[in-house]
Amino acid sequence: MTSDPNNSQDIRLGHADRGFVGKITRLDALVTGSSLSPQELEQRLVEMGFVEGARVEILHEGTIRRDPIAVRVDSTTIALRRSEAMAVIVE
Amino acid sequence: MTTASLRLALVGAPNTGKTSLFNRLTGSTQKVANYPGVTVERKSGSFVTPEGRSVTVLDLPGTYSLRGRSPDEEITRDIVLGRFKGEAVPDLVLCVADATNLRLTLRLVLELKQIGRPMLLVLNMIDIARRRGVTIDLERLSQELGLPVTTAVAVRKGGVDDLLKRTDELMARVQEAQAASQWTAPTIADLKAAQREADRIIAASVTLPAKPDTLTNRIDAVVLHPVWGLAILALILFVMFQAVFSWAQPAMELLSDSFSALGQWIHDVLPEGWGLLQSFLQNGVISGVGSVIVFLPQIIIIFLFILLLEDFGYMARAAFLMDRIMGGAGLHGRAFIPLLSSFACAIPGIMSTRVIDNPRDRLTTILIAPLMTCSARIPVYTLIISAFVPATKVWGWINLQGLVMFGLYAAGITSALTVSAVAKFFLWRDHAPAPFMLELPDYKVPRLRSIAIGIFNRAKAFLYRAGTTILSMMVLIWFLASFPTAPAGAEGPAINYSFAAMIGHALEPLLRPIGFNWQIAVALIPGMAAREVAVAALGTVYSIEGGKEAADAIGQVLAQKWTLATALSLLVWYIFAPQCASTLAVIRRETGSAKWMVVTFVYMLALAYVASFLTFNLAQALGIH
Ligand SMILES: Nc1nc2c(ncn2[C@@H]2O[C@H](COP(=O)(O)OP(=O)(O)OP(=O)(O)O)[C@@H](O)[C@H]2O)c(=O)[nH]1
Ligand SMILES: [Mg+2]
Repeated sequence: MTSDPNNSQDIRLGHADRGFVGKITRLDALVTGSSLSPQELEQRLVEMGFVEGARVEILHEGTIRRDPIAVRVDSTTIALRRSEAMAVIVE
Repeated sequence: MTTASLRLALVGAPNTGKTSLFNRLTGSTQKVANYPGVTVERKSGSFVTPEGRSVTVLDLPGTYSLRGRSPDEEITRDIVLGRFKGEAVPDLVLCVADATNLRLTLRLVLELKQIGRPMLLVLNMIDIARRRGVTIDLERLSQELGLPVTTAVAVRKGGVDDLLKRTDELMARVQEAQAASQWTAPTIADLKAAQREADRIIAASVTLPAKPDTLTNRIDAVVLHPVWGLAILALILFVMFQAVFSWAQPAMELLSDSFSALGQWIHDVLPEGWGLLQSFLQNGVISGVGSVIVFLPQIIIIFLFILLLEDFGYMARAAFLMDRIMGGAGLHGRAFIPLLSSFACAIPGIMSTRVIDNPRDRLTTILIAPLMTCSARIPVYTLIISAFVPATKVWGWINLQGLVMFGLYAAGITSALTVSAVAKFFLWRDHAPAPFMLELPDYKVPRLRSIAIGIFNRAKAFLYRAGTTILSMMVLIWFLASFPTAPAGAEGPAINYSFAAMIGHALEPLLRPIGFNWQIAVALIPGMAAREVAVAALGTVYSIEGGKEAADAIGQVLAQKWTLATALSLLVWYIFAPQCASTLAVIRRETGSAKWMVVTFVYMLALAYVASFLTFNLAQALGIH
């Protein structure tokens, strides 16, 4: 697991394209465009199953600015906006 | 054994089949649909186990945690923690999981273990898991969790036999000392640890098939396609409104002919001198209530579509497709499904805003929900459209009447979004709406039985309203329109001397600028109780007024007596006007104050008046008469 925040391999899920497949390395809700507080956003993401080690895949994206996205997280499919997906760091 | 009945509670993540289990166990017909957040209330039912124990079971809203983020989740939390007023802690918690997707429920199970109540984990939808080749080692799972585990198929007869047997076994031991609740709100670190533990348990006890099921994904590749997705959504709505007009026609004509025949029969059968009773039955009951019941086929068709889409799993997809547009109007990501439910009726729509966590976002959604075209508007719209819009085909295949109907629905949606955007701009500019985060369930084949039950329930509710609210309003209107009777030797129809005419004429100056005559004014007042009442009231008023058209169906009468400008104005009035007392009452209950009820009433009335005024005057200026 990478914990170095400057690791060049780190990608924010909110930036990834459709078809992206990866693994969650950590959550970082501090700098997103979300209206939720970092604490609240992180908690919600965890409640929806976004935890370290989970496999994620971007299955679909919306029409306007390719937003929102439908993400496969292990065995669940979650729809969310890219601004919230920014808190999910993947590799 | 005590004689008091044992209390069971159904708890689990959203859309795992709790309500289906509840219905199977108790024989109820609570609403079931394939999207998260269907149940937003506590529902209670009872049954007797094979060993003869009487059991009270609670169906609860689905939740991902006990945190209680939104009003519906709070209900679940309070019940399981024993904080709900007037409700003791459950004796046994039935934790319901979707066997095809255990992750999120298992984490909830780990959290629930802390409350120290006896628990049984139910792996529901095991039929789907088996079909996909998923194997679950129940013994291992039970051992890892330290809980009894059973499987169930809530939607199949006999699918809960094992569950009942296990309940009996557990109930026999339920008197044993129960540990006190150890539950404390979990921190993020706790949640993560619990999720990792759940994932470990799943890895140890679940074997996935070598070839995963990709059907949902393949359907979504089309349905959620950036271009095709929106086109398909529009097409579905379009076909729905075409169907409302084309398919319902024969059944409607049959109903309407039957009512005329019934009226004629009463006319012929009643002896001379029974004129008053005859007028009451023929003009009040049959022309009034009958003119509303005629729309039953259309209500059924609309619900057939909505229920099919709900059961298939399309609703969450529609929310996905509409998210950016809704967000642009300042709406919460989860506002879509409540608004869509409002197509049926604003009342369940307003109730289901309980899934929205932020109170402001919830309030905005409640305020605009009555603008969505509910099914009570269908009789009004259809009546006027059938009377004034020719049933011609545009480009050879599009039914013009269906097209106008589609337009009215679009107008309802557009105005709801506009009101939301305006409210956000003026009232809550600093408030960013909360984000969209929604589980997309796997598609399921719609179940004939649940569709049939859904339609039956709606039809029953519609007829019940016709027999109660509408009938009682009709009695009132018939009375007002018949008394006082015309003086001897008076000229013109007798109704001109009645209370109804007096009231109507008194209001007419207020409504003349928007093109309404006194008959419409009379119909609108009782129409405040329910929208369909206006149709019935017009039926009664014009049928008592009589004249050469008296025998015709109400639609034909209107076509002769109103100008097109008046008809258009009334259509527009009905897009906005707050003509439903029950909706206002629910707004008051759900917002906890009369203030927002008054706000809704006033803003909708103002919008209705202004929009009708513009429509009427524009139509006249364009020379439409
Ligand atoms: N094949 C199959 N489908 C099921 C089973 N149980 C439920 N379903 C379907 O799953 C969907 C969800 O069922 P609900 O009973 O509404 O789920 P719920 O847990 O009450 O959902 P919320 O009220 O939103 O929390 C519906 O489409 C049901 O028809 C099952 O055992 N087998
Ligand atoms: Mg339910």
